Amino acid sequence: MTAPDRRTGQEDEAVDPTDLVVDARGLRCPLPVIRLAQAVRDAETTLVVEVLATDPAARADIPAWCRMRGHEYLGERAADGGHAAYRVRIAPAR
Amino acid sequence: MGHRSQTLLQPDRSVRSGWDYGRGVANPLPDRAVLDAAPGPLHPVARDTLLAALEAGWADPRRLHREARTARRLLDQAREVLAAGLGVRPPEVGFAPDGPTAVRWAVEGLRYAARRRGPRVVASAVEHSAVLVPGRHLLDSSGLLQPGVDGRAGPPVFETVEVDAEGRVDLEAWRRAVEVPGTTVAALQHANGEVGTIQPLEAAHGACRHAGAALAVDAQASLGRVAAPTAYDVLAGDAQSWGGPGGLGVLVVREGTRWLAPGPANPDASLTGPGGHAAWVPLALAAAEAWQQTAADREGDAAEAFDLVARVRAAAAAVPDVEVVGDPDDRLPHVVTFSALYADGEALVREFDRRGFAVASGSACTASTLEPSHVLAAMGALTHGNVRVTLPLRAVAPDRAASVAAFCEHIGPVVQQVRDELGASRL
Repeated sequence: MTAPDRRTGQEDEAVDPTDLVVDARGLRCPLPVIRLAQAVRDAETTLVVEVLATDPAARADIPAWCRMRGHEYLGERAADGGHAAYRVRIAPAR
Repeated sequence: MGHRSQTLLQPDRSVRSGWDYGRGVANPLPDRAVLDAAPGPLHPVARDTLLAALEAGWADPRRLHREARTARRLLDQAREVLAAGLGVRPPEVGFAPDGPTAVRWAVEGLRYAARRRGPRVVASAVEHSAVLVPGRHLLDSSGLLQPGVDGRAGPPVFETVEVDAEGRVDLEAWRRAVEVPGTTVAALQHANGEVGTIQPLEAAHGACRHAGAALAVDAQASLGRVAAPTAYDVLAGDAQSWGGPGGLGVLVVREGTRWLAPGPANPDASLTGPGGHAAWVPLALAAAEAWQQTAADREGDAAEAFDLVARVRAAAAAVPDVEVVGDPDDRLPHVVTFSALYADGEALVREFDRRGFAVASGSACTASTLEPSHVLAAMGALTHGNVRVTLPLRAVAPDRAASVAAFCEHIGPVVQQVRDELGASRL
């Protein structure tokens, strides 16, 4: 098993502009990850997705989902409003 | 199957209970499979000893009358049994109200004794909350950082060391952390109770010695299931891990270790051992009995459990998008945890329960704190959809193998059912 992904970098929007926002605020685990998976199920090109979530498990589970699915976890972006914003680069579905 | 035929006390079969507790789990209802044995049921022989001890060991062992002297003798006997089992001397063995308290005292006592040499504590990121919560409190209450020599902010007074994807502490990072000046105490578990991974105690203890730090080892998950560790300065455990009663933690302070309980000196040190906790004698006796019974069967039980867990690991890994975590080989024989993507941990536990299987979970939704298991998170493992199995001793659950075989058949269907309920079966 590969080492856990410990990136917590603040991503520059200009470097990796967000293509899609998944708003999972107020949803309890595993729904944020399910919403993310549903949103990118048939992605045909690479895209950068930002998931907004209040669920504390999302911090661990979105990077874990990326690892299990072969996507790239870009890190957590500072967000105000009592939620977190997790950024993911989706590799297209084959 | 190994059983010690001689018990510490002859049970008094004339004692009849006026209460109907229902069928204890040592005689489980035929339609229940107990696969969460942390804590687990009392070893049946220890239960008999506990009942007998209620008659013989109720008195205060500090008093002078005959009943008190009997209680004192039984307590000393219990301590001798446990000390022999742990490979230490009786005066090195103390008790605590439970395992987590023993762990907390282990660290606190090392820190208090070293207070003039340095205040810094290092712990792995997967230690029990009995280490991590007081540690975080140290950070909060010290105003974050201990001051450096030149007046600038110094290193943190409490620091956790990362683990790899299998939950094993990073030894290079551990060495660096304990070498930081002012580090006098380190805490590392013998093995992790959630995922089973065994920690590199010898190497970690060697690094501590080199750095002048003392090592507290949490063996709550391992005592009685694998050989007791030896690479420690202070050891903490819980009688429940070897089929003993609740309410009895064990604290071992090796001779020559600088360990001191904060507060006034304990006048009953020869009675209580380190920690000053006056254990209820019947509990100590039941714990000693459970130790002897479990020790007689330990290797055979562990070998069988290891294979049963291997079966669970394989069955879980065969289900799509299920991740089995922890070292598959260098692990406790009786613990396994797996996480199912797109499944809800609470729903999984409830469905397994409905089907007759008692299991635990490290998912956020199953914890009163609504935080996911810090162990799983530190490993980078999936925390949702988590199911944790801790096998009971075979002496406690003779149908254990059949329970595991049945459980393996249900893993796939239960995960599928919960995913269907969430509308997540085709992701």
